[in-house]
Amino acid sequence: MLKQYSFEKTAVQTFAGNVSLAMRTENLQVFYGANHAMHDADLGFPKNQITALIGASGSGKSTYLRSLNRMNDGIATVTGKIWYHDVDINEPNVNIYEIRRHIGMVFQRPNPFAKSIRENIVYALKANGIKGKAELEERVETSLKGAALWDEVKDSLDKSALALSGGQQQRLCIARSIAMEPDVLLLDEPCSALDPISTVKVEETLLQLQKKYSIIIVTHNMQQAARVSSQCAFFHLGHVMEYTPTATMFSNPQIPATQDYISGSFG
Amino acid sequence: MGAKRTDFIATVIINLIVAAVVGILIFLLAYILIAGLPHVSWSFLTGTTDAFSGAGGIGVQLFNSFYLLVLTMLISIPISLGAGIYLAEYAKDNWRTSLIRSAIEVLSSLPSVVVGLFGFLLFVVKFKIGFSVISGAIALTFFNLPLLTRNIEESLSAVPRNQREAGLSLGLSKWKTEIGIILPVALPGIVTGIVLSAGRVFGEAAALIYTAGQSAPVTNFADWNPMDAASPLNPFRPAETLAVHIWKVNTEGLASNASQLSAAASAVLIIAVLLFNLGARVLGNFLYRRVTASK
Repeated sequence: MLKQYSFEKTAVQTFAGNVSLAMRTENLQVFYGANHAMHDADLGFPKNQITALIGASGSGKSTYLRSLNRMNDGIATVTGKIWYHDVDINEPNVNIYEIRRHIGMVFQRPNPFAKSIRENIVYALKANGIKGKAELEERVETSLKGAALWDEVKDSLDKSALALSGGQQQRLCIARSIAMEPDVLLLDEPCSALDPISTVKVEETLLQLQKKYSIIIVTHNMQQAARVSSQCAFFHLGHVMEYTPTATMFSNPQIPATQDYISGSFG
Repeated sequence: MGAKRTDFIATVIINLIVAAVVGILIFLLAYILIAGLPHVSWSFLTGTTDAFSGAGGIGVQLFNSFYLLVLTMLISIPISLGAGIYLAEYAKDNWRTSLIRSAIEVLSSLPSVVVGLFGFLLFVVKFKIGFSVISGAIALTFFNLPLLTRNIEESLSAVPRNQREAGLSLGLSKWKTEIGIILPVALPGIVTGIVLSAGRVFGEAAALIYTAGQSAPVTNFADWNPMDAASPLNPFRPAETLAVHIWKVNTEGLASNASQLSAAASAVLIIAVLLFNLGARVLGNFLYRRVTASK
């Protein structure tokens, strides 16, 4: 029997005081048909920091994350506001392709295209009108370096991306996203399909990337949240229960639900 | 012991079944080739047929078969590609889509003779196109379409969903994702489907008897202007294909060596289909390597 927690008693900080926010949601709700999967999420994400979204399976964290770059379009109904550069990008007339170029996404399972390593990165760039060979080459190099993959693949850029290991594929997916030079990088459990060594590499990559990008990462792994994030949001059954600095959450959780979840005596 | 024994028996039975299938194929091929090949000669392959007796070479018929195949594919591949992409990616899961699917299934189970008669009545008679390559190609398109469409839809659907998400998350449009990312991955499956349907088209006779006709007028192979009446490329001339020729020689051929003629023509037909399959498979793999950079 799952313990009942009051959804009234939450501890959600705004983080808006002394840092500027990369993006922010207001009353965000998500429905899968009649199923109300996400209630009233008001979260702000500080610029150039890593924010972790944690919670059990089915808590709505991935659903929430996928709403942020409109990947739920056609799958779920998302209401409320998603503020990005003072624009509500949840409006129907927003150019979602443009939005996704600014808010990149990396998925749970590494999903490189069945193309060469180089082509994985330049395909979307070319589609967006970047034609110069020199610029493309430069983007390939900088993005692969940014994802800490360059040294491993620089001599085999024309080999198939499918021949890479799972961890390398995931870092290639990160490189592919940052090659678009986005503002915000969304990661949906990027390490859940990876072994511990690859996980460490991806985490190190993320810690480097936060200098240039604002990162929001969904993770099942609380140690990972503790290792990489500056602030952490705890989701439970479609509600944001607590959103506090990571150090606070793991040393001094504000509400019983968080306390139970991080101590493992949940449910 | 029980599990091991069951496994052994199952393995033996499965192997036997496979051996039977391969055995039948080899027997058929060997029979046709042994019966036919001794009568195949260069003059047979390139010669013209005597319009009255049916004796003589099969040069024109051989060309007609290939020309009809190319024309059929030119018409049916774009249509089925569009339909397949629609069904796999854009169609919503509702009554309209299931209606389309059932329509495709019904179309694929139409007897070829019925398709042939329909083509005869509509194109040959009603539209006054006459017995012609183009009438035959359209009739063949009718039963080529459902196979190809289903094949393309299945090949596309087999590509993992996360490839689509990857494309969309990079700001690519759905169409661009479809054409640039999903289609190349599905290509080997699609090419295999095209090969299989090409074999069917190449060997089809019933639907062509009434549409492409049973006469193979001598054409001038030096004239490649499709508008000229004597040009082999003219789509409005009647064109007996190899398969129709085999049927005709066997049923109403007056040549004294009719059985040898049809055996030789059958051998040529089989070899052509085999070569075509082989070539297209090589092409499919080559294309896949090119677009995916995989070894």
